[in-house]
Amino acid sequence: MQRTYELMFIVRPDMTDEDLEKLTSTLSTQVTSAKGNVKAVEKMGKRRLAYTVGTFSEGIYVLFVIEGPGELVQELERRLRVSEPVIKFITVRVDVEQKRLDKVKKIRDAHRRGAGTHAAAAAEATAAAQAESAAAETPAQA
Amino acid sequence: MADETTQQTSAAPAASEPRQGGGRPGGRPGGGPGREQRKYFRRKKVCKFCVEKIDAIDYKDYRLLSQFIAESGKIVPRRLSGVCTPHQRRLGRAIKVARNIALLPFAGSSR
Repeated sequence: MQRTYELMFIVRPDMTDEDLEKLTSTLSTQVTSAKGNVKAVEKMGKRRLAYTVGTFSEGIYVLFVIEGPGELVQELERRLRVSEPVIKFITVRVDVEQKRLDKVKKIRDAHRRGAGTHAAAAAEATAAAQAESAAAETPAQA
Repeated sequence: MADETTQQTSAAPAASEPRQGGGRPGGRPGGGPGREQRKYFRRKKVCKFCVEKIDAIDYKDYRLLSQFIAESGKIVPRRLSGVCTPHQRRLGRAIKVARNIALLPFAGSSR
């Protein structure tokens, strides 16, 4: 069963771009070789950490959105744990939440269409809010 | 002491009704919640997420989340922030994930 995960990890700030590229490509090939697929890779850049991790107060954040079986995540996490430049990582499962969001959106769409003229003004508001939330979600997921 | 705390817990769900609009006359503290030292709630607080119809509370959105943590880094309780229960639960979960990935502090001020 293909589950969708968001894997976010922090790399030490003194890492070069090409090293980062190498790391991300290694992980991507790991994913594809385990019958998963990488939906998105986002390098969120260098940020100040909210607390010191190890000896670092800054770090480069990288986000992977992956589809794959559960064992894939275990394997990826094992790799991240042993890799020296990665200082923190977390995996979040997003397909359940996404299913709920889609259901809510569908209900709202049906509601909007079904309500007819009375909800014309409200429909625009919900469409605007939906477009906003969709736009907010897509950069997070892309 | 014991019945003061039970008063508080029984008043809390009742106090959440006016947030849905109307309901209790005024928002002023009544006779029951008057037992508290400070006013129970100063004005009708609405759930920010319900009003703006934000469904997904993303742990990566640290700016939104940092509005709901105190100076000490603690998660603001629902009765102070006015958030409704399902959103407060999701907010708490998102904040905890964000704390683990060093986007928010466990303790201490956030930027």
